[in-house]
Amino acid sequence: MEKITGAEALMKALIAEGVDTIFGYPGGTIMPAFDALYDYTDRINHVLVRHEQGAVHAAQGYARTSGRTGVCLVTSGPGATNTITGIADAMMDSTPLVVIAGQVAIGMLGTDAFQEVDLVGITQPITKWSYQIRRAEDVAWAVSRAFYIARSGRPGPVVLDFAKNAQNELTEFAPEQIDFVRSYLAFPEPDPGKLKEAAEIINGAEKPLMLVGQGVELGGAREELISLVEKADIPMGSTLLGLSSVPSSHRLNMGMLGMHGNIAPNVKTNECDVLIAVGMRFDDRVTGALAKYAPQAKIVHLDIDFSEFNKNVKADLCVLGNCKETLRLIGEQVKPARHTEWVESFRPYAEKEMEEVIKEELNPGGEKLRMGEVVRAVSDAAGPEAVLVTDVGQNQMSAARYFRYEYPRSIVTSGGLGTMGFGLPAAIGASFGAPHRPVCVFMGDGGFQMNIQELGTIMEQKAPVKMILLNNNFLGMVRQWQELFCNKRYSFTPMVNPDYLEIAKAYGIPARRVATHSELAGAVAEMIACQGPFLLEACVEEEAHVMPMTPPGGAVDMIMTSKDDK
Amino acid sequence: MDSEKKLYTVIVHSEHRAGLLSMVTAVFTRRMLSIESINASASSIPGLHKYTMTTITDKETIEIVTAQIRKKIDVVNAQYFTDDEIYQLEIALYKVKTSVIESTPEISGLIRKSGARIVEVNPVYCIVEMHGRSEEISLLYNELRPYECVIQFVRSGRVALTKDNTERTSEFLENHEALRCRRKAESNKN
Repeated sequence: MEKITGAEALMKALIAEGVDTIFGYPGGTIMPAFDALYDYTDRINHVLVRHEQGAVHAAQGYARTSGRTGVCLVTSGPGATNTITGIADAMMDSTPLVVIAGQVAIGMLGTDAFQEVDLVGITQPITKWSYQIRRAEDVAWAVSRAFYIARSGRPGPVVLDFAKNAQNELTEFAPEQIDFVRSYLAFPEPDPGKLKEAAEIINGAEKPLMLVGQGVELGGAREELISLVEKADIPMGSTLLGLSSVPSSHRLNMGMLGMHGNIAPNVKTNECDVLIAVGMRFDDRVTGALAKYAPQAKIVHLDIDFSEFNKNVKADLCVLGNCKETLRLIGEQVKPARHTEWVESFRPYAEKEMEEVIKEELNPGGEKLRMGEVVRAVSDAAGPEAVLVTDVGQNQMSAARYFRYEYPRSIVTSGGLGTMGFGLPAAIGASFGAPHRPVCVFMGDGGFQMNIQELGTIMEQKAPVKMILLNNNFLGMVRQWQELFCNKRYSFTPMVNPDYLEIAKAYGIPARRVATHSELAGAVAEMIACQGPFLLEACVEEEAHVMPMTPPGGAVDMIMTSKDDK
Repeated sequence: MDSEKKLYTVIVHSEHRAGLLSMVTAVFTRRMLSIESINASASSIPGLHKYTMTTITDKETIEIVTAQIRKKIDVVNAQYFTDDEIYQLEIALYKVKTSVIESTPEISGLIRKSGARIVEVNPVYCIVEMHGRSEEISLLYNELRPYECVIQFVRSGRVALTKDNTERTSEFLENHEALRCRRKAESNKN
């Protein structure tokens, strides 16, 4: 068999895994891999980012929209450490990634060599698997195992620390196909007794509530979920990451859970008699005070990750398995039911929210633009195919609340880690992951500047990303908390901002600023009609609040609808 | 009560691969749980290493910690036990001044009573070897201490066997292999 370098073996192994897009940045120790890549650009599209953090968030955006594994290729030392935030983010949000980083030659390990960093040591706690490739002959095995681990079970990030000598050494290459790791139960078999018990609990429920998490998206279980909730007439609330698991318009979809979620599903969490949580992990931003969380309800928890059971909320029944399977099998055993009165009882809360929050947000009485109206205008203009990408903070919560979701994999946001700077690069990745869908990213003036260098990537790639900058000249969410809980002591939250239109101009990206209600629709239409990237700067009310809000540490049904409510 | 703190023994089976131990201990570090003792060595299952670790915490915490360890790739199994669920043993070596042993007859008595034995004697010191439960090892040390005769003392980490009738880790591996074969057969059928 012909011998090739470890670096070329990497290219072949990536192709064997079906990889056609990677995000990266070259540097000393990864040069052999980039040299090999030079001959593979007809099969692998490499997107050169402007900072390695951009590469990893772009890979996340790619993975979340495409359902495939995102891939990064970076150098050792600072190149590798710059990916850490994204790796931690992907771990929290169950995003399949393979991050391949260069490493110094193994003979130099431990000598504090130039650009040496203990990447395996650093990333072990924030990855599903972190492995150092020390010999060229290990490339096929390591790459195949990396992809298997990243995408199977509860997905997550994997790091391959690729020593430079292994990139240069010669090896025979035959692709491996790993689909079994003896220590790792990727797809556990559901216990029939537990499925039956779950169905019985649901059959006995008078006021059931389903909590939908991203697991439903990851498991591709939309159909199974809808079939179950329709058969048993179960209203649903969804987590931030689960928002596009079910269309927004579904009659049983009662909206978003959590701190800035909708009133009805939050209040009803503490009124239901049976709570069925699927593919979600009872994050503190969803539950509020645990001691006051659904104490009256019988709780059934469906998840593929056993370590999530009883971690935060103690469940009465835990059903381990892929929710595509568990939802189907439970669905077969539930009896058709109608809970008309219970489903109707959500309505007054939705009306209250409409009256006290949403109306003013969508049709503000004042002159200034509100985030909600901008989001809704973009969502309406972009259509049901659109993918929402957000940064973190007020922009994220407003976008999540007012965007409408129709198709699966329509929201890309940093939920668990809450990474400011995530939005812009993630949107680039999303535009590659879902090339036929409009990608709209909402950012604040803080987060936009955290990875603003990626405008260079957008320029180079002509990535058709619609960037909406919700500019309030504040780090808005912290400012909101400072107003509510720190007596308006705005400690380092006012932002002195540059002229964003000039910045866009420098990158050759069309841009427009909008500050009035009357201009909004026209500006949004111009952005959507534009073929390539576009920056829309919406100057929004500076000291607005995202409402409703469950104050930190408060019970899930203790909800403020205005800043005066506290 | 679940919030009551006590000593738990965590037994982990993992693949024998560099870095696994630090992955396991990182789960303790994350919660700043200190590890009271640790023993790592080859297990009876080919290719697998066994860690026996002890820590003081409450039931709720140890349950989550154990699940988070078990979840790690290349960790095959992790279980926790209280002292009444295991047979446990430690080894200790006590380096004792020969002159004091000679001049203080009670010391020989203490050593005999505890079941320890003297494995090395020279004019300066004797080495006493003992194996037993943690508290027995501590007891002998505490009994010797007032005589100011102990020059050095070392104790191993705890090793433990469960009181189960089977090795659950082997069962897990067998079941997982069986599941793999079943799934393969199903997919071939389709």
